[in-house]
Amino acid sequence: MCMKQVPETTEVKIDQAQNRVDTGGLTRIINPYDTYALEEAIRIKENSGATVTVVSMGPDEVDQSLREALAMGADEAVRLSDPAFEGSDPLATAYILARGIEKLGDYDLIICGRQAMDGSSGNVGPGVAEELGLPQVTFVRKIEELKEGYIRLQRMTDDGYEVLEGPLPMLITVVKEINEPRLASLKGLMKAKRVTIPVWGLSDLGADPSRVGPSGSPTVVAKVAPPPPRSGGEIIEGTPEEQVKTLVAKLKAQKVL
Amino acid sequence: MDFELTEDQRMIQRMARDFAQKEVLPHVAEWEENEALPREIFRQMGEMGFFALPFPEEVGGLGAGYLSYVLAVEEISRVSASLGISYAAHVSIGTFPIHLFGSPEQKDRWLGPLLRGEFLAAFGLTEPNAGSDAGATETTAVFRDGEWVLNGTKCFITNANLAGVVVATAVTDPGRGSRGISSFIVPTDAPGFSVGKKYAKLGLKASDTAELIFEDCRLPADALLGERNAGLRQFLTALDGGRISIAALSVGIAQACLDASLPYAKTRVQFGRPISSFQAVQFKLADMAMETELARLMTYKAAWLKDSGRPFSREAAMAKLYASEVSVRAALQAVQIHGGYGYMEEYPVERYLRDAKLMEIGEGTSEIHRLVIARSLGC
Ligand SMILES: Cc1cc2nc3c(=O)[nH]c(=O)nc-3n(C[C@H](O)[C@H](O)[C@H](O)COP(=O)(O)OP(=O)(O)OC[C@H]3O[C@@H](n4cnc5c(N)ncnc54)[C@H](O)[C@@H]3O)c2cc1C
Ligand SMILES: Cc1cc2nc3c(=O)[nH]c(=O)nc-3n(C[C@H](O)[C@H](O)[C@H](O)COP(=O)(O)OP(=O)(O)OC[C@H]3O[C@@H](n4cnc5c(N)ncnc54)[C@H](O)[C@@H]3O)c2cc1C
Repeated sequence: MCMKQVPETTEVKIDQAQNRVDTGGLTRIINPYDTYALEEAIRIKENSGATVTVVSMGPDEVDQSLREALAMGADEAVRLSDPAFEGSDPLATAYILARGIEKLGDYDLIICGRQAMDGSSGNVGPGVAEELGLPQVTFVRKIEELKEGYIRLQRMTDDGYEVLEGPLPMLITVVKEINEPRLASLKGLMKAKRVTIPVWGLSDLGADPSRVGPSGSPTVVAKVAPPPPRSGGEIIEGTPEEQVKTLVAKLKAQKVL
Repeated sequence: MDFELTEDQRMIQRMARDFAQKEVLPHVAEWEENEALPREIFRQMGEMGFFALPFPEEVGGLGAGYLSYVLAVEEISRVSASLGISYAAHVSIGTFPIHLFGSPEQKDRWLGPLLRGEFLAAFGLTEPNAGSDAGATETTAVFRDGEWVLNGTKCFITNANLAGVVVATAVTDPGRGSRGISSFIVPTDAPGFSVGKKYAKLGLKASDTAELIFEDCRLPADALLGERNAGLRQFLTALDGGRISIAALSVGIAQACLDASLPYAKTRVQFGRPISSFQAVQFKLADMAMETELARLMTYKAAWLKDSGRPFSREAAMAKLYASEVSVRAALQAVQIHGGYGYMEEYPVERYLRDAKLMEIGEGTSEIHRLVIARSLGC
C-alpha cells in the first residue's frame, strides 16, 4: 500500500518563489484518500491472512504517519528517503516507489489512493503500475472477489460503475466510496512506537540517479498561485417568478442562452 | 522549560479527538435524552486503549503517562462531559486505588478487565451524612467468621450501574475517627450489595449516578484494599489524581463553549453587523479563550508533575478549582453570547452550563479546594 503524508489544512500557503506548496508549520496527516486504501488493505488482511506493508516516500516526519498506519493495523512500514529524491515530480516519485516495492519482493496487490490531497495529480498510482509492468485499475469503489491470482472489482465512472476482472499482481487506486476507514487505536500506536521503520535510499534501491529528483522529473511547473478569490456574484431579488424572468433575461444578454 | 507535547501525546490527542467526533458526537443528544450511556461505547474505548493509557505495561497498561490520559479526557469531554466523567471516574478514582494499593492478587484479578473495559469501576466515598467531611463515614465493616460484613449507604456514585467492581470506604475501628476507616474491593455481585435508584440530575444526564447499598454485604478477608485503617488516606491520594481529571473535563467543556460561541458570534447579525464586531461580545470571547488556555496550562502542569514523580497535590487542587470555575464562567458567557438561542435545547450551550456546574462540586467543592490550597500554604 502506498501512503503519502500531506499537510492538514484548508489554508495551504503557496511558496511563490519556489513555485510549490509551502508545507512548513502545518500538521501532517495521512493523505485522506490513502486511509481508504489502507483500510481496504487491512480488510483484505483480516479476511485472507495477507500481510500489509505500507510504503511511503518522504522525510523523517513521515514516520509519524507510518506509525499511525501501523496503529490502524498494517504489519510493516518502509520509508523511502534520500537527499537525491528531493524535487521529485510524480513520474520520479512513481519510479522510486516502484523500486521500493520491487525490493520488498513478493506482492499480490498494490493499493494507492485515487490522488493526494495536496499534489492531486493522480499520476503516482498509474506510474507505479507502468514502472512495474503491472495491470492497473483506477477509481476502484469495490472489490467484489479476490482469490489466488484473480480479482474482480467495480470501477467508478462518471455515471455509474464498470465491473472488471483481471489477474494478480495488479495495482489499483481507490475512491472514498470503497469503505469507512477505522480509527487508529491508542494500543496500536503505543506498540507501533517501538517499531524501527527501515529507511531505504538511492543506493539501497539500486535506483538510477538520473531517474530521481529534478533530473528524473520532466514536469515543469509554470506557476503556482492561489486561486483568485471568488468574486461577489449577484443575488437576484423578487418572487420566484420574477427571479426566473430576470435570470433568463441576463443569460440572454450575455449570450449564454 | 518545554511547553511542547511529545509526538505521541499529540497523536493520542488527535486520535481521541477523532474518536470523539466520529463515535461520540453523533450520539450525544440521544444519550442525554435516554439519560444513559451504552455499554458498547465503553467496550469500544477499552478496545482502543483509552482506559489503559496511564497504567504501566506490567499490568496491561500502555505506559503513556497521566498527561496523555488527561489529553484524552479533555477531548472526550469537549464532546460529551457525561462520557468524560464516566471515563474519568472509572480510571482515576475507580481503577487507580486498586493499582496503587492492591495486592498482586487483587491487581491480577481486576486490572485486566478494567483496563479492557469489560466493566467499569466506581468509587464509593460520599454518604448522605459524609460529603465534604469524608471522615464522618458511617458505613461499617465488621470482621466476623473470616468474612467482612459491610452495612451502610453511599450516595451520588458515578458508574454505579455500569460497575463490575466498587472500591468503597467503611469504618473498621469506630472511635478512631478518620484513622479508623478502611477501603474494600467490592465485586458488584457480592451478596448483600445492591445499587439504588438512579438520580434525576441537573446536568451530565447521560452519566450514571446512583446509590450503593450494603446490607450485610459479605466479602472474603482479602477484599480489604491495602492496609487496614488506611482507607481515607488512600482515597485522598486517589482524589489527587482524580482532581486533575476533573480539571481536564472542565477544560474540555470550556473549550466546547468557545468552539460554539466564536462561529456563532461571527455569523449572528444584529444592527447590520455580526455580533462579534461588538466589543462587549469580543471581551467575553477573549476572556473565554484566555481562561481556557490558563486552565489547560495548569491542568497539564499538574499531570506533568505527577508523571515526573514529583508532589502534585497542591497543583492538582489549583487546576481543579480554577478549571472548574472557568468552565462555569465560560458556559454562562456562551449562553449569553447565544442570547435566547442559548437558552434553547437546540443549541448545545445550555447543556454545557448544566454540565459545568458539577465540576465545582464533584471530587471536592470549590470551598474545600480553597481550604486544601490554604492548608498547603501553611494556614
Ligand atoms: C517539479 C516538482 C518538484 C517536486 N519536489 C518535491 C519535493 O522536493 N518534496 C516533496 O515532498 N514533493 C515534491 N513535489 C511534489 C511531489 O512530487 C508530488 O506530491 C508527488 O509526486 C505525488 O504526486 P501527487 O501529489 O500528485 O500524488 P497523486 O498522484 O495524486 O497520489 C496518488 C496516490 O499515489 C500514492 N503516492 C503519492 N505520493 C506518494 C509518496 N510520496 N509516497 C507514497 N505513496 C505516494 C498515494 O497512494 C496517493 O494516494 C514536487 C513536484 C514537482 C512537480
Ligand atoms: C453527579 C455527581 C457525581 C458524583 N460522583 C461521586 C462518586 O463517584 N463517588 C463519590 O464518592 N462521590 C461522588 N459525588 C459526591 C461529591 O463528591 C459530593 O457531592 C461533594 O464532595 C460534596 O459533598 P456534599 O454533596 O455532601 O456537600 P456538603 O459537604 O454537604 O457541602 C454543602 C456545601 O457546604 C460547603 N462546605 C462544607 N464543608 C465546608 C467547610 N469546611 N468550609 C466551607 N464550606 C464548606 C460545601 O463547599 C458546599 O458548598 C458525586 C456528586 C455528584 C453530584
